[in-house]
Amino acid sequence: MSDNIIGAAPKRIDGRLKVSGAAPYAADHLPEGTAFGYGVFSTIASGEITRLSLDEARRSPGVIDIFHHDNFPDLHRSPASFAEGNMVEETRLPFEDNRIYYAGQFVALVVADTFENARAAAYKVKVEYSESEAIANLDQGVAAHGTEAGSSEHSRGDPASAFDGAAQRIDVTYTTPVETHNPMEMHASVAQWHDGQLIIYESSQGVVMQKGALSKIFGLTPDRIRVESPFIGSGFGSKLWMWPHAVAASAASREIARPVQLVVPRAQMFTTTGHRPETRQRLRLATDGNGRLVSLRHDSINTTSFTDRYVETCGSVTKSLYHCDNLSISHATTRVNRGTPTSMRAPGAAPGLFALESAIDEMALKAGVDPLAFRLNNYAERDESLDLDFSSNHIVEATRRAAERFGWQDRNPEPGSMRDGNEIVGYGMAACNWEALKFGCEARVSLRADGSAYVTCATQDIGTGTYTIVAQAVSDVTGLPLERITVRLGDTSYPEGPLSGGSWATATTLPAVAEATRNAIDQLKSYAVSSRGRFSGVDAGELGFENAQLVHNGERIDYVDILSAQRLASADGRAKTSGADNEYSYRSFGAHFVEVRWDPGISRLRVSRVVSAIDVGQVINEMTARNQVEGAIVMGLGMAHFEATEYDHRDGRPVNNDYAEYVVPVHADQPELDVILLDYPDYQFNEFGARGIGEIGTTGLAAAVANAVYHATGKRVRDLPIHKEKLMDDIPEARSA
Amino acid sequence: MRAFDYSRADSAERAIASHRDGAQASYLAGGTTLLDLVKLDVMQPSRVVDINRLGLDRIETLDDGRVRIGALVTNTALASDERIKRDYAVLSEALMSGATTQLRNKATTAGNVMQRVRCPYFRDGVSACNKREPGSGCAAIGGFNRSVHAVLGTSEHCIAMHPSDMCVAMAAIGATVNVEGPNGSRDIDFLDFHLLPGDDPAREHALEADELITHVTLDAPIGGSRSGYLKLRDRASYQFALASSAVIVAVEGGTIRDARIALGGVGTKPWRAREAEQSLIGQPAGERSFQRAAELALQGAVPYRQNAYKIPLGKQAVVRNLTTLTA
Ligand SMILES: Cc1cc2nc3c(=O)[nH]c(=O)nc-3n(C[C@H](O)[C@H](O)[C@H](O)COP(=O)(O)OP(=O)(O)OC[C@H]3O[C@@H](n4cnc5c(N)ncnc54)[C@H](O)[C@@H]3O)c2cc1C
Ligand code: SF4
Repeated sequence: MSDNIIGAAPKRIDGRLKVSGAAPYAADHLPEGTAFGYGVFSTIASGEITRLSLDEARRSPGVIDIFHHDNFPDLHRSPASFAEGNMVEETRLPFEDNRIYYAGQFVALVVADTFENARAAAYKVKVEYSESEAIANLDQGVAAHGTEAGSSEHSRGDPASAFDGAAQRIDVTYTTPVETHNPMEMHASVAQWHDGQLIIYESSQGVVMQKGALSKIFGLTPDRIRVESPFIGSGFGSKLWMWPHAVAASAASREIARPVQLVVPRAQMFTTTGHRPETRQRLRLATDGNGRLVSLRHDSINTTSFTDRYVETCGSVTKSLYHCDNLSISHATTRVNRGTPTSMRAPGAAPGLFALESAIDEMALKAGVDPLAFRLNNYAERDESLDLDFSSNHIVEATRRAAERFGWQDRNPEPGSMRDGNEIVGYGMAACNWEALKFGCEARVSLRADGSAYVTCATQDIGTGTYTIVAQAVSDVTGLPLERITVRLGDTSYPEGPLSGGSWATATTLPAVAEATRNAIDQLKSYAVSSRGRFSGVDAGELGFENAQLVHNGERIDYVDILSAQRLASADGRAKTSGADNEYSYRSFGAHFVEVRWDPGISRLRVSRVVSAIDVGQVINEMTARNQVEGAIVMGLGMAHFEATEYDHRDGRPVNNDYAEYVVPVHADQPELDVILLDYPDYQFNEFGARGIGEIGTTGLAAAVANAVYHATGKRVRDLPIHKEKLMDDIPEARSA
Repeated sequence: MRAFDYSRADSAERAIASHRDGAQASYLAGGTTLLDLVKLDVMQPSRVVDINRLGLDRIETLDDGRVRIGALVTNTALASDERIKRDYAVLSEALMSGATTQLRNKATTAGNVMQRVRCPYFRDGVSACNKREPGSGCAAIGGFNRSVHAVLGTSEHCIAMHPSDMCVAMAAIGATVNVEGPNGSRDIDFLDFHLLPGDDPAREHALEADELITHVTLDAPIGGSRSGYLKLRDRASYQFALASSAVIVAVEGGTIRDARIALGGVGTKPWRAREAEQSLIGQPAGERSFQRAAELALQGAVPYRQNAYKIPLGKQAVVRNLTTLTA
């Protein structure tokens, strides 16, 4: 392999299409005769529909049909199995019955000739409800019906007695609110049927999974379904699995025998397409006299819906990041009247490491040890939860390098001691961590007579740069320049590729693409040595391939000439690679160092500087990789001090479900970002040595901010987000409600 | 959004006449409030009268030194006008702190004066809301009221804050709203234009039926003064004020000769703090007098379930702004 293209920083090969508006997103596909859907959404969080008045809506201009629980076609539920490839998070079908489980649930779907007519008519649908008392949040859920014990538990040693007998102990509880993904591109489906075959354009992070789920729901063999998602305006996890709108659009299209476009409005992106659930996490830590952890317990509860059970595995990282002989983690859930939660960038680890890495800071202080030294003293050397070595772990180096770049040694440990004009400066740090995953993958590569290579794989590029790194992999094997490589993704008619999620798309896809490329070269060689070939009579095994040429004893022939000499269109290769083995614990590591500035005179908190060192194995593309980490850090800032989906505690309805009141960081909030990519290839994991980079940057960041806030203000905020009122003094008691 | 009649007027008279014809008519300026709420089905005009071609897009200095701003002058044009930046820095800064570049390019002066509240219970179209559905109650009281609800000028019927930044600067500067209606033209003092919710939150301003704002005329600048707008919020841009202050202050030999203070984010209308101003005049420019003014500015504030922090935050907005301007 040539080593220059892997690790280089070529620009996105689809960049021009995107910035020029030529890239077609799901809702841009408008086949001839497309009708437009608009939902009617529940305005109560719990209860039943007692009456639907449709007359006025039916008379509204352009209306074709209105679907609801009394006339929606009978469909089947998906078994919702990840292993079977038909996972959905919300198993209840839209319009299954008249029951309401959450505000913002589909209660009807209007289909009309234009988007505007559909929306106007949707506003004329009158729904009457019989409302039940809603369970509006985690506290109410636990009070009303307790919790259900979770999954993914782990324990070792005897944490309770180790805790009781320890020199220093903390027992603290952290909470995180609901967060909502809010990708730029709305969820959207355009569904059409041809001769009993369903073709659907979807903004999807997993076309193969959606095909599997649709085939179960509509009772069709998979070959009757095609899902296409060529471009995605990001998903952050909300587009991993299909949501009710896609089922609604597909069924409506079949009923009215026209293509149907259905875009989920922004307000309902907060209700019916998943969210990161609310969590409450209890952390109990204890150290011996030398500041070594002797007991660690992490018990979390998260909210889930009444229709499905989603577990936020907050303790997933806790079990292996630090050395500790006595440890347990547990996950429980409680049901509330919200839509079903789902994975949001770094699920489990993002809220989990907020709690763990805040607690580590608290523990270090209690033990009288610098938080940096405490971590270096306690990091695990092997994965004690799996009893395996790490395939590659450079967390100590990452932590030291980031600390040095950041200037941690200048930190005066006394809270509030570092002033700069009106501002008090605080330094905080946290470790970050994410599991490295890899699944089976197929890919196909053609070396074509026109001198190009053509690659297909049914994975997706969700904006992360997958198109570009797939081309890099082919370039690496063939020597072809990127301009001559065409990559096609996001279509179930291509060989089966992975979900774009879990930071596994790179590690999963590239080995299959490389293998398929080598197989295409082998086919080319077999053509070349055949009786009519240019290397007729030569043993194929003696042929080399370099820079798009076949080589034998100093003779070099361009592969184009090999093919054209025989009037062949292409040499093709397919490959099917397998998932990760169980020989090692495969994880990525890193550390964040954060500087915050608190101006007590105007109660302004800002994050002014972040230095992060990340150890993710081989970096495939310097630019897109850095971009992923920087974006993840900014998302972590959102989690730390801005984002929370708020629900009215009286009736469970969301109240800030729009893009003005749900506060995410804007450009003006971006601090100085300094990302160090360690770049140690992990060849135990795959031939490229790459572990994937999409999520790790979000983990730990909120804790690093909270720890820095403590250092600046002396206030330990254990409930996200760190809003200014949590840091202000002299707030009067509310006199009214 | 529901279908409505659309007409474009080429003179104020025509605009008023077609507004009068429509049962539920709305003037359309930049549309950033109106079309947003129409799409949410919260405003349901049966007629929309486009006033963008009335030629009311000039900024003129009058003979008496006042500045007359056409109703259709965009927020961007007003903020970047040289006279405004020089003589009314507080107004330029307030405008620039609002919304985003794209919104400011569309938003107009009159539209900004007339913008509606951001209360989520108003905007959701279904909650109890006396402003949208008189007599239905106020869901914000006892509900989610952290960021876009007021502590000053509230009533048991409505606690929504007035969201404008521009209007806070205008309240401090002093201004007149020039309107034309079926019965001719009249002037309304800016401070009388926005109404407190009282027991009729649906009535938000002093316009009579079909009246059109043609201009906003700013009082002449205060000689020898400095002015500035300080907006406090969660993120650094693109968010309504949690608390803000517009301050104009003239200091001579360390003593405050004149001061104007208005608050945003905390009041149900752009909130002029006259007692606070009075307390400053003749006082030395310094921490103690600023603190006292801040206390007076927030006098009578009523904290609600989640927004009590706005009381100290509002005070901080006053003190820091005064401190910076007199440094
Ligand atoms: C996402 C978002 C964020 C925002 N952030 C901020 C912010 O941070 N700070 C801030 O101050 N503002 C903010 N705004 C509000 C924005 O400033 C207003 O929407 C804008 O100023 C309204 O002006 P317009 O010309 O678009 O009004 P339009 O929407 O055209 O009209 C608004 C109302 O005024 C009426 N009207 C318009 N012109 C006249 C007239 N001449 N006479 C009588 N009635 C008239 C209309 O009928 C309508 O009822 C934000 C808006 C949005 C959508
Ligand atoms: S605060 Fe005003 S706008 Fe909001 S719900 Fe109450 S009455 Fe309506």
